[in-house]
Amino acid sequence: MRRRSRLLLFAISALVLLPLFAWSMCDLPQFGYYRGPYGDLLNSITVYERHTTNVVTAVNFDFRAVDTLGEESILFMAVIGVALLLRRTAGEDRDRDDSSKENEESDAPPPSDAVKVATMGLVGPLVVFGLYIVLHGQVTPGGGFQGGVILATAPLLVYLAGDLQTFKKITSHAAVEFGEALGIGAFAGVGFLGLFIANAFLRNVWPLGTTGSVISSGTILALNLCSALAVSGGFVSAIYSFLEQTLEMRMEGDKGHR
Amino acid sequence: MMLLIQVAVLVFVAASGAAVVLTRDTTSQVIGLSFYGLLLALMFLIFQAPDVALSQITIGAVALPLMFMLALAKIHRNEKQRAKLDRGSSSSTEKAA
Repeated sequence: MRRRSRLLLFAISALVLLPLFAWSMCDLPQFGYYRGPYGDLLNSITVYERHTTNVVTAVNFDFRAVDTLGEESILFMAVIGVALLLRRTAGEDRDRDDSSKENEESDAPPPSDAVKVATMGLVGPLVVFGLYIVLHGQVTPGGGFQGGVILATAPLLVYLAGDLQTFKKITSHAAVEFGEALGIGAFAGVGFLGLFIANAFLRNVWPLGTTGSVISSGTILALNLCSALAVSGGFVSAIYSFLEQTLEMRMEGDKGHR
Repeated sequence: MMLLIQVAVLVFVAASGAAVVLTRDTTSQVIGLSFYGLLLALMFLIFQAPDVALSQITIGAVALPLMFMLALAKIHRNEKQRAKLDRGSSSSTEKAA
């Protein structure tokens, strides 16, 4: 019965929406057709005005940096929400103690030595690669957001290698939350710097440097670093909140064996 | 030649997107979602948006499936516990009867 009513709902809405959809499809511009002047304008002026070879980063961290500040705040609030929802309460602890033994059986077997060596060996290159993506955001594709997420996945490799103690030590470190807050605070701070020096929030007020070198493009690099700090801190603490839910029991089980 | 690659990747994205929707088992659905995220990143790269492709790889193919996986692990664990508790309570009522 439910299936039939669902199909009926689909048939009615399809009957109404399909002609509208077809109608709108007829009016679409040609494939690859570019309408607005802004992209061309930015492409032609960005390199000269901002000494940045990556126009996308210039848009995100200079021309529309206020947008990015808003996005960073969204991520910040989302992570706070996750941490708040998944925080441990007194009742949960007792449940966990009761069930720690029976859950141990269903857990996956510990990783083999080959997996451990390979994943642990990848941690260093991954951190370097993340830093590279962060620092070269104004020269090549990438930037604070992408590099920050790459950096945040480094502790996950430690987790995959089965080293739960180290993983917990890294992710539950106070520096993670502090870094997240510092990142978003410094982002706004750089914005206020522009406000005081040039009367415009997030104005690019630092020396622009040589086009194509790592230290160039003024505040774009600084804002990239700030958002990398905020994003990696946010993702690590979110991952920690999620993993903590399943981790606690395994930690207790491990201790029991030793 | 470029057009051919573009059409191919669009078809692949459409097919894998449909496959994700049609998968019923949640765990394999998340794996499919991760694969779909990778294909989407490839599509962005082919359409000359490497910045978006990088974001898509990190978020769509890694972070999002990871969070789904962890949430599913938690849910399955809870279900298993509940099933065990139910079995325990039913056996005790049988004894009482």
